[in-house]
Amino acid sequence: MAEATISFKKAASEALADGELQRALQNVKTGFVAKRAAAKSRLPEFEALRAEARAIKDHTLTHLDLYLEAYESKVVESGGKVHFAPTAADARDIVLGLCHDYGAKLVAKGKSMVSEEIALNAHLQAAGMEVVETDLGEYIVQLRGETPSHIIAPVIHLNKETVAADFRRAHKGRLTSRRLSDVQDLVAEARSVLREKFLVADVGITGANLLIAETGSSVIVTNEGNGDLTSTLPRTHIVIASIEKIVPTLEDACTILRLLCRSATGQDITTYTTFTTGLRHEGDPDGPTAYHVVLLDNGRSEMLGGTFQDMLRCIRCGACLNHCPVYGAIGGHAYGSVYPGPMGAVLTPALQGLDHVRDLPNASSLCGRCEEVCPMSIPLPSMLRAWRERDFAEGKRSRAEGLALKAWAFAAKRPGLYHALAAVGVPLLTRLAGGRGRFTRLAFAKPWTRVRDLPAPEGRTFQQLYAKMQKDRK
Amino acid sequence: MSPAPEAATDGPLVGLFVTCLVDLFRPSVAFAAIKLLEAGGARVEVPRAQACCGQPAYNSGDRDDAVAIARQVIEAFEPFDYVVAPSGSCTGMLKVHYPRLLADDPRCAERAKTLAAKSYELTSFLVDVLGLSEVEASYEGTVTYHDSCSSSRELHIRDAPRRLLASVTGLTLIELPESEICCGFGGTFSVKYPDISGAILDAKLNNILDTEASAVLAGDLGCLMQIAGGLSRERAKIEVRHVAEVLAGMTDMPAIAASLKSR
Repeated sequence: MAEATISFKKAASEALADGELQRALQNVKTGFVAKRAAAKSRLPEFEALRAEARAIKDHTLTHLDLYLEAYESKVVESGGKVHFAPTAADARDIVLGLCHDYGAKLVAKGKSMVSEEIALNAHLQAAGMEVVETDLGEYIVQLRGETPSHIIAPVIHLNKETVAADFRRAHKGRLTSRRLSDVQDLVAEARSVLREKFLVADVGITGANLLIAETGSSVIVTNEGNGDLTSTLPRTHIVIASIEKIVPTLEDACTILRLLCRSATGQDITTYTTFTTGLRHEGDPDGPTAYHVVLLDNGRSEMLGGTFQDMLRCIRCGACLNHCPVYGAIGGHAYGSVYPGPMGAVLTPALQGLDHVRDLPNASSLCGRCEEVCPMSIPLPSMLRAWRERDFAEGKRSRAEGLALKAWAFAAKRPGLYHALAAVGVPLLTRLAGGRGRFTRLAFAKPWTRVRDLPAPEGRTFQQLYAKMQKDRK
Repeated sequence: MSPAPEAATDGPLVGLFVTCLVDLFRPSVAFAAIKLLEAGGARVEVPRAQACCGQPAYNSGDRDDAVAIARQVIEAFEPFDYVVAPSGSCTGMLKVHYPRLLADDPRCAERAKTLAAKSYELTSFLVDVLGLSEVEASYEGTVTYHDSCSSSRELHIRDAPRRLLASVTGLTLIELPESEICCGFGGTFSVKYPDISGAILDAKLNNILDTEASAVLAGDLGCLMQIAGGLSRERAKIEVRHVAEVLAGMTDMPAIAASLKSR
């Protein structure tokens, strides 16, 4: 078995045995899933919006180069600069270079999965800068030295008691007797710690949920308002986003926002929807005096025009994670990838190659719930299958699995042989069960009987019985 | 391949796609299907040149073998007015995936579409094509029903099995919470990732046990073997049966995974 396979299976098994994680994952079901369903039912035009949003993205992806150029010229018009980063390393270096240029010592960050994708924090910290995550979830993840386990809810794997213990450990100089038992207590304490950082940060880095070509704006949706502070208080604002975040017009952005919030958290709209466009204008009370956008490619342009282009419609709502039985069982970390769940299992091999993530597209029952809830109608199961085809073609399966599949297919393509083999095997297997109706253990079916009994056959195959019946009738 | 002597002579000619799991593990399901189809006025034949729909290959990324098997199934079922399978999953393969698999095959693309258009899951065929709204069967007890992923999401079947079950004398249907969520079977997934498959199954079993039904039914033997295997491991006293067995009144043989001595 390949190393990556062992580590995925090991991580999955550990996740299944982790009581705190398992309790936390129950919240996904009762929280996100129920809220999305309610929000969708309140919006009769949900399906129509879905079709519209899909068309917007498909159109944009077909003309991505034109819209990127248009976006860039609008950013320049508003006093900013756009940097194209072909790879993760390029993006890291561009951001670091900008931070150096502006003499940054303290960098405040809004939530950004693209910054996770390029491992930005470690890069800036290695250069001696202090980086502070300002989204509460990301802040907790940072304190714990972890990675987010969900693309919109970074600490979905934790409970509030664990977070309280982390805060007591990290926030020195506060009363040990202080109350941290409610979520509100935790939010208040994080806010007071972070407020000081916002005020002195030299550079603010935010991600973007959408980029608008028509106006040169970037859009972020948050429920904490930390994104606004990150983009308006520091003198320099850097937006880091991947190239497929672009939409042609403000109107298009609004169409997608209506789907994004409902699909993500079940809100009609998030508490804050922030549009930032270029520099502080004369008379503005706040806003940056330098504005940069780093546009990350990192394998995406190679997805254009190919099998996986539809994945670039993804708006990172997380609905596919919330509705995935596999994600619901093992959580995000076991995937070993920045992007977990169905969208991650499709996107990750496209971004970094299949080699170390072969389990991701394979570890799915292909139940289809992800595609059903995806606001952008991304055919996730079909694309998981497409990765399996590449995986199979590369011949990296275990010997046992490869042989079993080949032997099965050889027989399945020859029904006569298949029926003959079954006519021998099924009666044997039935006799082996000895009337108990099931196997609790079976040497050649260990992966099955490891977690459940194997029902025994009825005695003969249908084809045997049917042939006999036909003969008797004559 | 001669039609059964007692069958109607003018009804639509149905080719029964037995499915590999029914052929190997639960022939009763296919006999129940034949009984129901004939009662609904169809003539039923079972082509011998069938083994499996090809999902194990298709879902493992072995496209060439999946295509070869698809061609074979298309060929075998060409003479029939309809193809009916006692499985949402295999029907989904014929109806949804064959046309995709063979879209670029000049010889088979159209034939795949023709097969897709005439392929039906059993309960849906009984209700939607044969126009059945009731069956002559009785079953004493409360049952709950699991909707397989393919039935609910690929074929959009929900009412057909419920409508027919409602007509079974003595039967009370209790809706299963989250009935359309996966049971964790997923074909080869169940043995490639047994621990994850088992965890997904646990959630399904909890929902089943919460209904306090005396039996759980479904239209797919894959799900049923997973659920029956799980309940059996838990030593839960709840019958697991294919919906066709109950609808055909063929519940005198032991339930799936039940001991032969249990009756």
